[in-house]
Amino acid sequence: MAELRAYVALLGGQWRSLLSYRASFVVEAITNIGGSALDVVAVLVIFRATPTMAGFTLPEAILMVSLSSCAFNLADFVVGNIERLKTYVRTGMMDSVLVRPLRALPQLVVMDLPLRKALRLLLAVGVLMVALRVNAIDWTPARVALAVVVPLAGGLFFGSIFVLSACLAFWWVDSGEVGNAFTYGGRDFTAYPVPVYAGWFRRIFAYGLGFGFVSYQPALALLGHADPLGLPGWTGFASPLVALVAVGVAAAVWRSGIRYYRSTGS
Amino acid sequence: MDRLDASMPRICAYRPFRESPAPFGALARSGFRRYSTYRQATIAGSFTNIVFGFLRCYVLLAVAAGAVGGRPAGYDPAQLAMFVWAGQGLLTVVSLWGWSELADRIRSGEVTADLLRPVHPVIGYLAPDLGRALHALIFRFVPPLVVGLIFFDLYLPGRWFTVPLFALSVLFAVVGSLGVRFLVNATAYWLHDARGPMILWTLSAGLLAGLYFPLRFLPGWLAVTLWVATPFPGFLQTPLDVLVERDPPSVQAGLVALQACWAAALLALAAFVQRRAERRLVAQGG
Repeated sequence: MAELRAYVALLGGQWRSLLSYRASFVVEAITNIGGSALDVVAVLVIFRATPTMAGFTLPEAILMVSLSSCAFNLADFVVGNIERLKTYVRTGMMDSVLVRPLRALPQLVVMDLPLRKALRLLLAVGVLMVALRVNAIDWTPARVALAVVVPLAGGLFFGSIFVLSACLAFWWVDSGEVGNAFTYGGRDFTAYPVPVYAGWFRRIFAYGLGFGFVSYQPALALLGHADPLGLPGWTGFASPLVALVAVGVAAAVWRSGIRYYRSTGS
Repeated sequence: MDRLDASMPRICAYRPFRESPAPFGALARSGFRRYSTYRQATIAGSFTNIVFGFLRCYVLLAVAAGAVGGRPAGYDPAQLAMFVWAGQGLLTVVSLWGWSELADRIRSGEVTADLLRPVHPVIGYLAPDLGRALHALIFRFVPPLVVGLIFFDLYLPGRWFTVPLFALSVLFAVVGSLGVRFLVNATAYWLHDARGPMILWTLSAGLLAGLYFPLRFLPGWLAVTLWVATPFPGFLQTPLDVLVERDPPSVQAGLVALQACWAAALLALAAFVQRRAERRLVAQGG
């Protein structure tokens, strides 16, 4: 209970600091709505230049990008600010997080919960609703369950990627933008059908890192399409499993990172 | 000294952009040296540029494969590939993202030190930024381009004047981008926290400069409006279109001229805003 009150106090402080720079906050909130629409807008513009992409039509592509957008924005809202870990590690501010009698990960998340990003998530869910309507989906109980579970599983998956990328800072303090290649890069990868990509790059991102199971395989399962790349249909239903594996890996790496952390030493 | 505002007496009040070239060169060199010490960040950044190069390149090649005639918006696949890889390299050169130095200095009050220097603040930030851009041109522009050349079929310019014109275009892009970044940061003089305007800039810069897709994919009237009415296409789209020779030579030259006009206008606007800000600046923190 006392722990909960501490988190609420951290959130309250966060809220008050936002309100002290009101004009900036309003601009930020409005921009964030635009930001979430961006990946969908990019798909719309790209389909102006071509009728199909790797054999997929615009409504199918919109379904994939909206699944990806929901998953990414959910993760970005909840744990996205873990990106700042590298600053905390470099400046030694991580010490003050560790000496408090609260768990480190929730603290870092609540210390800077981006309330402005909540709007993004709503918009992403709205686009997903539209995408589910414009595609002729043959609804079965399994598919209804899949449509509900996939954005959540994707959120878990992206959340793990966020934590994993941030953990890099424990071992490589100046890792800088490397993490972005997997967080924002993962978002861009999942926004398009996997057959768009080719060769070893596709194998690493889609199957090695598991990004293929965030939006592409589940979308195929929802649409009842066969995978042009030859993966069986049930793989679409495997996305929660992939997410759980990612969470397990992220938790293990986070723990060993915290144990490895040695402050700045001054 | 009967004025009570925070502006400083200048050696040459009417010609703020014509101060001695010696400090300008020294400041530019300092910008270059500063960024050459961030070696690990350079490697990390290049890695990310390269991953995004692969992502965007495959997407645009898939567009070319699906488009009628295989030439979406007048680009052939090799031109699109060059557009993506050169674009990933240029991204850091024109520094579209994450420059909050001035805003941080305004918030902390350190900006008062800038006002004491015998160099106009706009010049004081422009010179090191040109040094930074030169560093980025050598160490951030080349690696993605080399990776692109290894894995993809890139379009190589055929006209003799394309490369010099591209260099000029990049220079105007850097100056223009510094102008906008200065303006965005300067909102902190009034708002104290420039985070909102900064995010707006990051977002619109990526979208309207042609990073996410070539602006020619947009309806014609919209693309033309963007080019003429906003400086954004001048930051990436124009240099890249010049490099891949999307247009005949006269259009190439015209686009660069348009870019030059925007760069000059933005610098002048930055100087004007700075003058207004100096009148109302109250240093933070006593």
